[in-house]
Amino acid sequence: MTLSRRRMIAGLGAGLTLGGCQKILETGPVDALATSLDGFTMEAQRLVVPRTALAREYTLAELSPVFRANGSRTADTPAYRRHLAENFANWRLTVTGLVNNPLSLPVSMLQQMPSRTQVTRHDCVEGWSAIGQWTGTPLKLILAMAGVASVARYIVFECADLFGDTPYYESIDLIEAYHPQTILAWQMNGEPLPERHGAPLRLRVERQLGYKHAKFVHGIVVTDDLGRFGAGKGGFWEDRAGYQWWAGI
Amino acid sequence: MSGLSIFNAHPRLYWGEYGANFDRAWLKIDTTRDGQRGYLAVGSLRVETTGVLGLWEKDGRWTSRAFPHWMTLPSHYSLSEGRKYHFLGAWLLAIAGALYLVWSLVNRHVTRDLLPRRVELSPRHLWQDVKDHARLRFPRGEAAARYNVLQKLAYLLVLFVLLPVIVLTGLGMSPMMNAGWGWILDLFGGRQSARSVHFLAAFALVIFIVVHLLMVLLAGPVNEVRSMITGRFRLPPEKV
Repeated sequence: MTLSRRRMIAGLGAGLTLGGCQKILETGPVDALATSLDGFTMEAQRLVVPRTALAREYTLAELSPVFRANGSRTADTPAYRRHLAENFANWRLTVTGLVNNPLSLPVSMLQQMPSRTQVTRHDCVEGWSAIGQWTGTPLKLILAMAGVASVARYIVFECADLFGDTPYYESIDLIEAYHPQTILAWQMNGEPLPERHGAPLRLRVERQLGYKHAKFVHGIVVTDDLGRFGAGKGGFWEDRAGYQWWAGI
Repeated sequence: MSGLSIFNAHPRLYWGEYGANFDRAWLKIDTTRDGQRGYLAVGSLRVETTGVLGLWEKDGRWTSRAFPHWMTLPSHYSLSEGRKYHFLGAWLLAIAGALYLVWSLVNRHVTRDLLPRRVELSPRHLWQDVKDHARLRFPRGEAAARYNVLQKLAYLLVLFVLLPVIVLTGLGMSPMMNAGWGWILDLFGGRQSARSVHFLAAFALVIFIVVHLLMVLLAGPVNEVRSMITGRFRLPPEKV
């Protein structure tokens, strides 16, 4: 009798606390604090992790048997269908914004540049991980060709896949952009990059969660202000669902 | 709470570096294919959990999701909000935990009150304490002013094992920290192992909290809570 009454009180208390917690967390100042922690976490991680510290690289024996494809598995537009049929012979990667020489590069040209191959682990924000091998062009080489202006702060990736009418996009800062493992991949596990993984070009930014790894990339924009893109939060999921811009955790 | 919200985004646990839908999960919460039953699977063991886990009802609507609305923070499904609250909690835990640890070592709370003395660790003494707990026989008089040995061991386990493990495995899931502090991955045997251990340690903490609260209630909540906050503790009389 006593125990059951106590259990009832404890249960009631827990319910009130959790509901109460949510009420408190949703108030302006607390929510603002929680949201601003995003930047605080980034600064803290940058403090203890060197700029060029490499993500772990694995052996081919450690590859995931099946690498889950998530997000858009295709960019389902007539234009993309045509590019796919043409084997991306006419696909162009444009580099614009705060650069000295705007570029428009065919995929074949990227493939002739020095490349990097890495076996890395992909961590989705949902919690799962998969190991794959990626070959691509280091982003820093492309940025060097374009000549980034000194006021630049972010690199925005424009994608061909749509969610309804909204195109996917993502952004990273210059530290991650110039990181040696940050590449625009055109090969996966030794094969041409499959459609479901973002053919013909997908970003690999290995110290960030999966939603940063933009697929179907056709444009790179160098900017000093993320407010001019999408709804202004620096990425499709950041705009749509409040995902954290800093995806290092 | 917020962790369960995050877990709900991918309600499966693995061992090793990688793990996704096509790989073998050692724990999974799911709904049967016909959508009629919720279940929890651990290894080859499968328990039906309809109503609580995997499939549950809220306001007359049945939802296929691992943990139910009344356990998660926020109560509706939102991975990004769950993560936001989780990291707020993580920072509070890390800062408060670090301050507490330093202060408890400096003022000798750890060595004076928490470390068991040699006689307390004798099998006879331990067994006696287990029996006393099982019979809900609480120490009276002067003895009640000190932690008993099971209590000391539980506190030490939480302070020096579970909480550090929670923090380390939390950091071990961060791709940025993996680049800087790869030793965490080696310590736990990979990122998905770190995720599994994070969940298990959190589960152990929940059990600790439940038992702890129960003990406070049974030992006299007013007196106990007052002593926790103010240090004033009324000794229970020797005989009831």
